[in-house]
Amino acid sequence: MTELVRIAENRQELVLNMGPHHPSTHGVLRFLVHTDGEVMSRAVPEVGYLHRGLEKMAESVNWAGYMPFTDRVNYLEAMFTNQVYAMAVERLLGVEVPERAEFLRVIACELNRLANHFITLGCITMDLGAFTPFVYLLRERETINDLIESLCGNRVTHNYMRIGGVAHDVDDDWLRHLEKFLDHFEPLIEEFRALIVGNEILVRRMAPVAVICAEDAVAWGLVGPNLRASGVDWDVRRDLPYSAYPQVEFSVPLGRDGQGDAQSIAGDCYQRFLVRVEEVRQSCRILRQCLQKLPAGDIKAKVPKLIKPPAAECYAAVEGARGEIGCYVVSDGGPKPYRVKWRTSSFSAMSIIEHISPGLMIADLVAVIATLDVIAPETDR
Amino acid sequence: MEAVEIKNLLQQQLGVDIEWCSDENGVGDPFAVVPAEKWLEACRLARGHEQLQFDYLRALTGTDRPEQEVIEVVAHLFSYRLRHPFVLKTRAQRTQPVLDSISAVWPAAEWYEREIFDLLGVDFRGHRDLRRIMMPDDWPGHPLRKDYQQPDDYHGIPTSRPRAEEQAND
Amino acid sequence: MHSIYQAIEQLSLGPWGRDILFALAVLVVAAAVFMVALTIAGVLVWVERRVAGRVQSRIGPNRVGPIGILQWLADGLKLFMKEDLIPECADRPLYRLAPYLLMVGVFGAFAAVPFGQALIAADLNVGILYILAVTSLSAVGILMSGWASNNKWSLLGGIRSAAQIVSYEVPAALGVLSVVLLAGTLQMNGTEMAPGIIRSQGGWPWQWYIFHNPFALMAFFVYFTAAVAEGNRTPFDLPEAESELVAGFNTEYSGMRFAGFFLAEFANVYLMSAVATTLFFGGWQVPGLTPAEMQSSPWLQLLGLAVFVAKAGVGCFVVVWIRWTFPRLRVDQLMGLCYRYLIPIGFACLLGNAAYLLLVPAGSLADNVVHWATAAFGLLVLALFFWRVGYHLRRSGERLDLDLLARGRRGPFEPRWQHRAWGAHRRQAAKEA
Repeated sequence: MTELVRIAENRQELVLNMGPHHPSTHGVLRFLVHTDGEVMSRAVPEVGYLHRGLEKMAESVNWAGYMPFTDRVNYLEAMFTNQVYAMAVERLLGVEVPERAEFLRVIACELNRLANHFITLGCITMDLGAFTPFVYLLRERETINDLIESLCGNRVTHNYMRIGGVAHDVDDDWLRHLEKFLDHFEPLIEEFRALIVGNEILVRRMAPVAVICAEDAVAWGLVGPNLRASGVDWDVRRDLPYSAYPQVEFSVPLGRDGQGDAQSIAGDCYQRFLVRVEEVRQSCRILRQCLQKLPAGDIKAKVPKLIKPPAAECYAAVEGARGEIGCYVVSDGGPKPYRVKWRTSSFSAMSIIEHISPGLMIADLVAVIATLDVIAPETDR
Repeated sequence: MEAVEIKNLLQQQLGVDIEWCSDENGVGDPFAVVPAEKWLEACRLARGHEQLQFDYLRALTGTDRPEQEVIEVVAHLFSYRLRHPFVLKTRAQRTQPVLDSISAVWPAAEWYEREIFDLLGVDFRGHRDLRRIMMPDDWPGHPLRKDYQQPDDYHGIPTSRPRAEEQAND
Repeated sequence: MHSIYQAIEQLSLGPWGRDILFALAVLVVAAAVFMVALTIAGVLVWVERRVAGRVQSRIGPNRVGPIGILQWLADGLKLFMKEDLIPECADRPLYRLAPYLLMVGVFGAFAAVPFGQALIAADLNVGILYILAVTSLSAVGILMSGWASNNKWSLLGGIRSAAQIVSYEVPAALGVLSVVLLAGTLQMNGTEMAPGIIRSQGGWPWQWYIFHNPFALMAFFVYFTAAVAEGNRTPFDLPEAESELVAGFNTEYSGMRFAGFFLAEFANVYLMSAVATTLFFGGWQVPGLTPAEMQSSPWLQLLGLAVFVAKAGVGCFVVVWIRWTFPRLRVDQLMGLCYRYLIPIGFACLLGNAAYLLLVPAGSLADNVVHWATAAFGLLVLALFFWRVGYHLRRSGERLDLDLLARGRRGPFEPRWQHRAWGAHRRQAAKEA
């Protein structure tokens, strides 16, 4: 039998292992929870169970051949990771992406944002005990999966974008189907709101729980909906515009004290939840505008067959569903990347959990993990 | 502020020469390299100086450069208030890489430094809890190094498929 | 059971003969009740899965049997055939004992639950007290399983559950006590001479105890909430919260032991609904008939049985419906709900009922007026609810799927453009062009 080692510091403390296998569907994440019965003294995250060495793999494949690997960095937001890698390389090459391709990228990314938020919102409610909204959102996500499958062939790990543009074009049929989906889905946001967003039990589980103030959020590197829920008004799409975003109008939801419920504070779990619900509506708005404004043209710029960017380095960032996804590429002039580094939002979000965990209950830890939207592939790469 | 101005300000405040690398055609990002002993001071300055106010550490990356015998640590900085980005680098000797930890300046750096320690072997002085993050605690070697050799097995588990199949067939 | 005893008394047998025969009769009746309770639990499992499926806009089990009605038998068979695992350092005697304690705690209470006028295993004169007492045994069983599994998560689940069950005994008892005050007896069925709780009510809604006076209405809600919490059902299912504790106190259990826990939980759902029906909804009383009339005819007895099961069935459906609608409460909020809200309200109901009984003479005009007024209020709320449901049904338009049995009738919203193969639509469009 293996040796049992005491980890707890004193005899009153219970050390629980919220192990890599856990029904909270956030991937293989592990927490060592030091607790006194119900209230935690701290929760130490352990990551690395899904480390696949994607950054090292970049050094052994071609620049263009790395695109499928970028899907795996975050398989729920594959379009964003595709786009940010393509943007970084395009900046090094000095390639200008055609207008139609930019709009197609935005359409694909916003669809991906919708799909991702469905999973996140569903998982938040499911982790708190309400299974039904998760199933409803998955039902809607099926249509998005069908749309994306007919666009690029895959339901996940899309490999849709290429350096210089996108891989496949869309036709009027697809656009009409997208519009039909939007017409079908937008009333459902109200239904979702009526069903679960204002539910007293949900609000009490999330309202003044795990408040992350704005200074902490910025210092610990939180991004995306987590950052905005803490009150920092920052969105890469609006503030450092890229792709076709300057040509579409959308508003960026922000967390506030008292929004949605009188006891809610900016930076608590409920604000993070509400910000994502509003982002779903804004994504629908962006999609409708893109449908109207989609120009005709090429879907891919002319790039050389063997891509060899000059010896320079570049950092590109997009606003993914979870926040800023950054890709830092270093080129040495050769056909393979010298170094690719992924800056992902879940990595920073995991690191703040140890800092905010003292004083929370185990049930709150589940709410925190769900609302910070931490997933394993992004954390471990 | 422009990147060149930021670099000049840093150079003036630190009192040492900062290597500046920027492409005349504007390809890629320009970056500044500070010497390793001034790393912590430069970061503190970047965070605290009223004209800089880099409150957001976007990413902290480590790159192995065996031909220059250094391991580069790259900090991508951004200021939400003043809306300017900057790339600050430093170099550590490849044989015994040691740097000061900047986790006191930006708490976000804690895990990034753990990752650089794990995958590249750079020791960060003053880090609260420096241990491996991605690889198992008893893994030999640092995988992101260019001269990394993958071990044949890990506690008896083969690391390559042909060997695994061989072992299964035994 | 009492009638069987009387029948055996008539026979002239030796001094031991009567007792042995009676003991055998008890065994037979107990086995029958146990089988009935198990079947009810099994059917409830099917109901839960089907209702869950339709609530979540999917189908639910539909393979085994016509609408999946034999699914629970298939699951039972599967669990029966599973390997009997006991974790390495588990406390073996306690581990083995725990499921039995839980099952005794739930199925033992079925002895005093009425199904019809003559269909009650033991019409004890302390009927409802016996039920409350026996169901407390389940707390011991859960705590035992949590400890004996040698698993910190099970331990946490067991502790939480024990605290929950023990705490919620009080509001449940307070709700029951209000009815006991109104009826003046603890007996469930009773006789013509000494009417029990059901006989003291009538068939019509305004004769039910729930509409006896506003305090009794509140007492029903206090009892129902406490009973759902005692049964470890969402929104109070923190002890077995899937997303936090895997399965809480029954994590390490597999095979028939797990089946024991599982069936006990579902039998408990029926138990709480049956008790609520007895106490508050008039039990097996049929509107328009008196118990004396019903005693004579076996068909009317069956009608009483059907009415009882229907009422209890509605209660079960509400419990299942609540499970798939609400999130769960955190443990401190759960305890707060019990001690800070339900217990004070329960006491207030008790005092209110007592005051009502003192001030308003039974049977007087004032009494009847209060009955009718409360019943009217209840029916108004129900009517409002159904009106609201109709409003949502009308507004949903083509998004609605009213195929309740999920037999596969296509609704108006049927996307005609389903892409399963890459490129299929392009080939189609190219063909049509």
